[in-house]
Order: sequence, then C-alpha cells, then structure tokens
Amino acid sequence: MANNYYDPSDLRKFGNITEWSEELGNKFFEYYGKVFEEGALSAREKSLIALAVAHVVKCPYCIDAYTKDGLQRGITKEEMMEAVHAGAAIESGATLVHGVQMMNKYNKLSM
Amino acid sequence: MAVKSLKARHNALAEHNRQLEILNGGVFADGELPYFKDKLADLGQYPFRPNKLEILQINVGYMCNQVCEHCHVDAGPDRKEIMTRETMQQCLEVIKNTGAHTLDLTGGAPEMNPNFRWFVEEASKAGIKDFIVRSNLTIIRANKKYHDLPDFFKKHNVHVISSMPHYTRGKTDRQRGDGVFDKSIKALQELNAVGYGMPDSDLRLDLVYNPSGAFLPADQEAMERDFKKALKEDFNIQFHHLFAITNLPIARFLDYLIASENYEDYMYSLVEAYNPAAVANVMCTNTISVSWDGWLYDCDFNQMLGLKVASKVKHIKDYNEDLLNDRDIVISQHCYGCTAGAGSSCQGTVA
Repeated sequence: MANNYYDPSDLRKFGNITEWSEELGNKFFEYYGKVFEEGALSAREKSLIALAVAHVVKCPYCIDAYTKDGLQRGITKEEMMEAVHAGAAIESGATLVHGVQMMNKYNKLSM
Repeated sequence: MAVKSLKARHNALAEHNRQLEILNGGVFADGELPYFKDKLADLGQYPFRPNKLEILQINVGYMCNQVCEHCHVDAGPDRKEIMTRETMQQCLEVIKNTGAHTLDLTGGAPEMNPNFRWFVEEASKAGIKDFIVRSNLTIIRANKKYHDLPDFFKKHNVHVISSMPHYTRGKTDRQRGDGVFDKSIKALQELNAVGYGMPDSDLRLDLVYNPSGAFLPADQEAMERDFKKALKEDFNIQFHHLFAITNLPIARFLDYLIASENYEDYMYSLVEAYNPAAVANVMCTNTISVSWDGWLYDCDFNQMLGLKVASKVKHIKDYNEDLLNDRDIVISQHCYGCTAGAGSSCQGTVA
C-alpha cells in the first residue's frame, strides 16, 4: 500500500469498488453513466458542472478526470477556469451567507 | 514546437525498432495491460484479416512545411524522402486496374512533391470515384506557387481533407506552430470561395481534428457541431464533415508522451477505451498504404513503424490485389489508437 492518501493510479481502480459490493457498485456506475449522457443539458455542460463540483468537494481524482474530459470535449481553459470560479463563488457565498446567522445570533444576545 | 524532425535530431525514436520495443515492452510486457492481439483473439479475429480493398493510400513523401508536435510521420522541411516519378508511374498502373474506389494522397505535404500536379492529373484520368488529397491548409499560403491550389483541386474534382486542430488560435498554434491558425483560416476561406465545403457543393471539404495533447478525442458528431458553429460564426467558414482522429503513439507523438511522462497513462486510456465494435471499421481492413519508395503496408501508421505487409507482394512494382488481400494484418499496441471509443479512421468511419 502506498504511503500517501492519494495515488493518481488509484483512479484507474475506481471500478474495483464493485468487488466488495457488487449490486450497489453496479447501480452507482449505471446511475453515474446515465447522469452524464446528453439530456436537457448537453454532456459538455455537465462536464463543466462536474469540474466545478470537483473543485468544491476538493476531489483530486475528479479534478484530473474532468480536466481531461474537458480537453477531450474541446472545452477551452477559459471555460474551465470560469466554471471553477462559479464553484468557488458558491462555496465562499455559502460561508458568507452564514454571516447572517452570526448577525442574528449577535443581535439576539446583545442588549 | 519542434523545429526539426526526430530524424534530423538523431533522436532514438527515429528508429522503427526503438518505437516497437516501447510499444511491445513496458506495461504490456509486465502484463499490466493486454496485448492488442489478445483483444482480437477474444473476438475470434486473430490473426486479423482484411476485407475487400476499398482505399489505396499513397504517401508521396515525408517533406512538409510544418513540424507538428504530434506528427506520426515525423515529417518536416528536413525530410528528403520524396516519391519519384518512376514510383508514381508504378502507382498509376495500379490505380488504373485496382478494385479500390478511393485514392487517398498523403504525406508530408503531398503538394511539395515536385511531380504532385502531374500525378494528380494522370491519376484523375483513371476515373476513381473518390480522389482525396490530404492538405495541411497552410501549404496553400506558404508560397505563391501554391496559391492556386484551390483552383487546381477544383479542376480535378479532388476531395480535400485538411487538418484543423481546433477552432481557437491558441490550441492550433501550440500543436502546429505559430501562425498556423491564421494561415489555415485564410486557406479555408479560399477553398470556400471556389465552392469547397459549401452545403450543397460536390466539392468535398472535410476537416480532421487531432487532440492537442495526451487525451482522446470526444464524440465526432459533437465536435463537428462545435467546429461548424465556431468557424461559421467567427470566420464565415463552412465544411462538410469533421473526422476526430486519435493520436497514435508513434514518432513525434510517442516522443511527446514519453518526454511529458504521459506515456503509461495514455496507453491505459487507449486500452480502457477499447471498443470491440470499432474493430470492424479499422482502416487496415480496407486499405493498402504505399510509401514514398513503393513499399506496401497495412496502414500509414505501420508504414511509419516500418512494418511492411505480411505478403509475398511487398512492393508496388509487384502489386497483385488478390495475393495482397490474402494476408494477415500486422498489428502492435499502437492499434489500440484506432479502436478507442467510437474508433478512429482516416475516412471518418466510426462505430
């Protein structure tokens, strides 16, 4: 076993999770595949959403995978970076909107 | 961008054997990844056999005005391998009698062969149904002696297939060299001006897209939609079809993969994307590739690896279609490049 938590070559082994729980693993991959098919949103748009979420959840495997997927789809680096900013804006907004809770609590506790 | 061919740089990968050692060794010899022949054996298709011959692809020389980073031919201005008129004459004899419906001229930049125009004029008399010239576009703008190529192609009803790595300047120039994008756009506009690529035109203009890096092409139809929209909106350019072709780990692309430490991951990507349904459409099943010096190969990629046809007939001067069609196709691990995803074909055929 590697001496670090993240090993890029582990991404290739993702499919192996079905070995220890075949039914759930297969259901997940079937669902995953279906989600990224062309639908009301194009596969290209979904790839950009996935890239943004990959950054927000800070998944290095997903970042590798969806950067490569974006390149394959001809998505430009400007589009990719804007998607990352969209994710980052929501993430920082999610932090900052809790500031309202802080203000509410502050005001409640203060005379 | 490279300025010289691997050959001129005396790079070890200019040698066929070194490339084949890499393709047959490493992750394949270790058993981490299966050999291509094992995949064919699983389908009951090893040894791999051709179907009816449909395409004669003739490489008229490795000289090119560009030195593209991904070039599997290792072409460039310093390459002196040019088909002679004598070999062209031997090709013409074959073209007159072949059962193939498509003649496909490639290079290098085929237009740089001094006998190119004579050869096209003679070959067009043979009445081949589809006569393709693979033009890199910039050649049309490279020198004024090439400026009339759109009219020349039109006169001989040549089907033009051109490389266009991306519809944005940055990606194109990184792969193919500074200024390539602007020259390509100008050349496409000139081809459009004489009627090439227009929606109802018989003058066929197709584009070839290769990924500009260590990744595979996406769905051909989706890319075609993106290219058509962007080129029409930004430059008022029209074309018929886009062929998304996977880069094969040969010559300069192999050198790039190794130097950028992407080789293993790329081979994993190719093997993971292996699609048994794409095997039926690979071009070696309906093509014979002829090199500048008249040798025969299963495809242009095998030509660059020095893998001649496994047949008694090995040279255009001894050409015999029946004998040739009764052969086993020579394969190695680069073949995964043509069976990845929906498949990849010089003629745009996908699974």
